[in-house]
Amino acid sequence: MNTKDLELKSIEYRKTILEIIFNGGAGHTAGSLSCIDILNVLYNKILQINPSNFKNYNRNHYIQSKGHSVEALYTVLCDKGFFSKQDLLSLNKFKSHFIGHPTKKVPGIEHNTGALGHGLSVAVGMAIGFKLDKKDHKVFTLLGDGELSEGSVWEAFLSAHKYALDNLVVIIDRNRLQITGKTEDVNPIEPLKDKFNAFGLSTKEVNGNSVHELSKIFSNIPFEENKVNLIIANTVKGKGISFMENEIVWHHKVPSEDQYNLAQKELEFLKLDIKND
Amino acid sequence: MIEKANLEIFAETLLELAKKDKNVIVVTSDSRGSGKLTSFGNELPDQIIEVGIAEQNLVGVCAGLSAVGKKVFGVSPSSFLTARSLEQIKNDIAYSNHPVTLIGISAGVSYGQLGSTHHSIHDIAVLRAINNIDIVVPADNFETREVIKSAVNYKHPLFIRFGKKPMMKINNGNHNFTIGKGIKLKSGNHLVIISTGETVQRAFKACEILEKNNINPTLISMHSIKPFDEDLFINSIIGSKGVITIEEHSLSGGLGEKCASIMMQNNINLPFKMLGFPDEYMVNGSQADVLDYYNMSSAKIAEIAKKILK
Repeated sequence: MNTKDLELKSIEYRKTILEIIFNGGAGHTAGSLSCIDILNVLYNKILQINPSNFKNYNRNHYIQSKGHSVEALYTVLCDKGFFSKQDLLSLNKFKSHFIGHPTKKVPGIEHNTGALGHGLSVAVGMAIGFKLDKKDHKVFTLLGDGELSEGSVWEAFLSAHKYALDNLVVIIDRNRLQITGKTEDVNPIEPLKDKFNAFGLSTKEVNGNSVHELSKIFSNIPFEENKVNLIIANTVKGKGISFMENEIVWHHKVPSEDQYNLAQKELEFLKLDIKND
Repeated sequence: MIEKANLEIFAETLLELAKKDKNVIVVTSDSRGSGKLTSFGNELPDQIIEVGIAEQNLVGVCAGLSAVGKKVFGVSPSSFLTARSLEQIKNDIAYSNHPVTLIGISAGVSYGQLGSTHHSIHDIAVLRAINNIDIVVPADNFETREVIKSAVNYKHPLFIRFGKKPMMKINNGNHNFTIGKGIKLKSGNHLVIISTGETVQRAFKACEILEKNNINPTLISMHSIKPFDEDLFINSIIGSKGVITIEEHSLSGGLGEKCASIMMQNNINLPFKMLGFPDEYMVNGSQADVLDYYNMSSAKIAEIAKKILK
């Protein structure tokens, strides 16, 4: 898939994220919009995970540690054929498996997440397992930047470094906001790159909303032999919708009907721009 | 007859099993010495993962290894494993349904004088309240060996806890071990004593005292707290003159309360006494001293039994 196709996919994904959140009456709107380009590139270019190979664990894996951005993940999995759009639209309905955090009851979900600071350890365990078996499969995990305050994350980095997990790819959705406010006001994590480097990780920064840059960086894995791949993906929370971008309130706000229609219109314009480019 | 510590049997059994199956992996949190796993580490260095003093990470790593086909044993002092990493047990093992075996070593008050930070008298209660994890507390070497052998290919998340003192041989070789099925060690017609883990041997000795006084209790080693052998329990107590439960655990949420709830819900009304640790600042002492202090010496258990029968 070329860059233009991926960009158009991202627009479609954003439209679906808004649709299911609007329809379901709840969701983590802005965080799903910040990480959707990352998921787009992973699932359409890198991971090679599909419904036919999913049940066999000898393949690449993706663990979404920032579980609350599940609408982005459901949207991509739906597009990859794991379930129907109709199933997806049951989000948040009584007895639906499509709940507000990833659950293995939904086809294509690898691990139940939602409580923050868990996914990295699980990904480390998987990556160690593949190293023990001398298999080349890679394990990708996505963490939020606010999530980095969880101590268990840093426990996991120590082990990842110890076991020289160059088959592990850790992506930080660095959108700089969390539910209370700016990450640097709530509990400062900078200088982030220095911290990761001090932990012995091979760290790169990327525009996490550029499918072109993401495609390029993912194709360079491993960055260094025997080192964990760490990507700080600089993103914009609420990306793609003018009135949602960088606005704290959209962390888990559901758009009104007017806001929803406006957002969809903005995305239609963006789509035309890309098509005419 | 005094045999080895259950801890040693665990380590020996696991080493035997791991030699035959390279997918058996042990994960430790600087606990290989306390877990008697030094020989394991020396003989099978590729089958032991060391995460350092990081119990939360230990449990997450166990889940990940299990997800890619490993048969995983996470070994750490029960106190830290089931408190600090409780959320990882709940979400990454139980809710995510990875058939990992978590081994809580030095459970109960095994750490004696090291005090409350190291005691694990909450583990059964907290894990009972979590869906999709089974709980086994073996009494002697036989039960320990059998539960570890069963754990390797067990299809569900499993928690096993034991202490580190040499244990008396209680099972005489006439019993089968199955997770979820209690073992009736003695059949009597007076009262029923139900115990789990290392206090079973104290109950066993209490029964011997009672037998000398022509009182014949039934004694059950209820090694499986979850799934619980409700049939064995109910069938044993119906027609008896009373029930005593004994556990090296808080009286809140353990074996005793489990038995009480089954009796009440089945309209079984019998004299009933729960022995365990009350909700108080614990007395300091060795494991034996603490158990004695809280009425779990064999003499005291026998005395309580006689009182019930009066």
